[in-house]
Amino acid sequence: MRRTLFESLTHGPLTEPPPMRDDAALAELARSVERAARRLLGRSLAIREVDAGSCNGCELEIHALNNAFYDLERFGLRFVASPRHADVLLVTGPVTRNMAEALLRTYNATPDPKWVVAVGACAKDGGVFAGSYAVTGGVSAVVPVDLHIAGCPPTPTQLLQGLLSLLEGGAAA
Amino acid sequence: MTQLTDIARGEEVSGHRPWPRLRVTPQSWRTLVNEMAEGRATLLGLWGDAGEVHMAVVGETPRDVIVASLQCPDGSFPSVGALHPPAIRFERAIHSLFGLKPVGAPDPRPWLDLSFWNVQHPLGAGRPAPVARSTYEFLPVEGEGLHQIPVGPVHAGIIEPGHFRFTANGETVARLEERLGYVHKGIESLMAGATIARATTLAGRTSGDSTVAYAIAFAHAVEAALNIEPPPRARSLRALMAELERLANHFGDIGAVCNDASFSLMHAHCGILRELVLRAAATAFGHRLMMDRVIPGGVTAELASDGIARIRETLAELRQRFPRLIELYDNTASLQDRTAATGIVSAALVRQFGAGGYVGRGSGRNFDARKDIAYPPYDRLDFTVPVLDAGDVNARVWIRIREVEQSFALVEQLLAQLPEGAIAVAVGSSSGERLGSGEGLGFAEGFRGDVLAWLRLDGGRVARCHLRDPSWLQWPLLEAAIEGNIVADFPLCNKSFNCSYSGHDL
Repeated sequence: MRRTLFESLTHGPLTEPPPMRDDAALAELARSVERAARRLLGRSLAIREVDAGSCNGCELEIHALNNAFYDLERFGLRFVASPRHADVLLVTGPVTRNMAEALLRTYNATPDPKWVVAVGACAKDGGVFAGSYAVTGGVSAVVPVDLHIAGCPPTPTQLLQGLLSLLEGGAAA
Repeated sequence: MTQLTDIARGEEVSGHRPWPRLRVTPQSWRTLVNEMAEGRATLLGLWGDAGEVHMAVVGETPRDVIVASLQCPDGSFPSVGALHPPAIRFERAIHSLFGLKPVGAPDPRPWLDLSFWNVQHPLGAGRPAPVARSTYEFLPVEGEGLHQIPVGPVHAGIIEPGHFRFTANGETVARLEERLGYVHKGIESLMAGATIARATTLAGRTSGDSTVAYAIAFAHAVEAALNIEPPPRARSLRALMAELERLANHFGDIGAVCNDASFSLMHAHCGILRELVLRAAATAFGHRLMMDRVIPGGVTAELASDGIARIRETLAELRQRFPRLIELYDNTASLQDRTAATGIVSAALVRQFGAGGYVGRGSGRNFDARKDIAYPPYDRLDFTVPVLDAGDVNARVWIRIREVEQSFALVEQLLAQLPEGAIAVAVGSSSGERLGSGEGLGFAEGFRGDVLAWLRLDGGRVARCHLRDPSWLQWPLLEAAIEGNIVADFPLCNKSFNCSYSGHDL
């Protein structure tokens, strides 16, 4: 273990420079987010991830945001275990009927001001699962959505771009 | 040795490949159930169809596979679960989805249907669901000093949703009961009537972490049904993707198990290894998880020009970094203290359930579809299947470690002997004759275990497709593994299983 730890001191970090923020996402956000609310929270946001029926692909890439290459926390963004500690709900999946109530309850348990970010193609409109008896057809069918991050699944870089837009959107708005 | 076809009597259905499907009598059905209950055969899957139930069974040799089908003229069939517990959840799902009733079943409660749908028995008669939601009774627990801890469906981490009902006596878990189905998307209903291309997309999104394995299993089933053979180069590229997928997931899991024992250093370093694999996959195949790359008939993507070099480079780095992490895992007493002798699953239980993957192989069950079904190109590759007997969290970690080493060797072999030629053959005929019909059963060994795909094609479309995730036969064992352990060790046990919710819920 000593060798591994020592090496961390002598080798440079793997962490990559932040990506450019996503201008399309930014434009969408500017429409939906109040500047005042953002000022209240500053540059630090707590994120609660909710899987509302995804195939787990999005979760894998959201997980990757925590690895040494993307290091999400350097931007003041971190994942929290409870919606009561969260400013942002990061929701994946087409929202199955079986998860709709749980998602709504999670949303209601999140204090204001809050944002909902829908992640992935099926969170937008149900994606490949649209039309099934078992899905509602996207996050906005159940809770109001402030930002969509596209992709199936979105890469960690795309996720970062979207989340950075959320952080910096206020300044540009 | 007795073959299953000697035991099960019935009319063989034509056009079902590569193993036989028999229309059996109720008596023959019971005989097969008896074979499984007495340990001479293993349940691979049990699923519904229009007025019929199908049961895939493997005998004493791994390639002795049959599908037994039983007509249900009065909407019921003799319960398998009554004698053979691994069938219980399958039957509950069949009843919820198709309305076919298992007679004599020990547990009549619904499964997957959490009473939120507008429709009852969506794959069967499809009646409108009753307005009033039914309540779900958890199993009763009696005794002094017991308390219950409900967890989920929304969990604390970035993981899939499901409900766990713990009954604990102080710190010790007396019973865990799982309730799943929250991510049920109705994949099987979306597949009914779908084109092969659309069904392939859905199969690849049944469980995102196993998208390659699912696509391969589905492709195997389609290719069997249509009696077509993908080119050798496609076979090898599929295996290359499958091994990269296995590596990425095993790295992720090894790190995550250690993280749940509060040893985050391993997690950080394994996360780096996982990322290196995904980046190599993105360079070589154009997608980090390699979604939509495997299709019936072959693969969609040729290796990128710098793909081989990138994978070799990554492999060299992994080979250099990984041994030190194994050493770290093995020499950290505080970590071993958590993983060794925790969450033990007995060999008998694993055998009874026919659990695959690291859950089975960590408890002495030597089954790996790559070796035992031996689908190409694995029939000509040199590798071993690690098996351990301890059955604890530690054993499941070590199986993964050993499999990582095997996958290194497999990737090297695949790259060294990559056949030239086409990467796909056309599915179905172009000359206007009746497009592909037939039935096929296929397997693929994902990182978690063997994925089963069964389908019936009619005129180039999917009439019925069933996908069985390895988790169906592992989830029930998690309930057994945690018994007698402390509540705080549940995340550790759970992560060592890493069952799929989406793959199970469909």
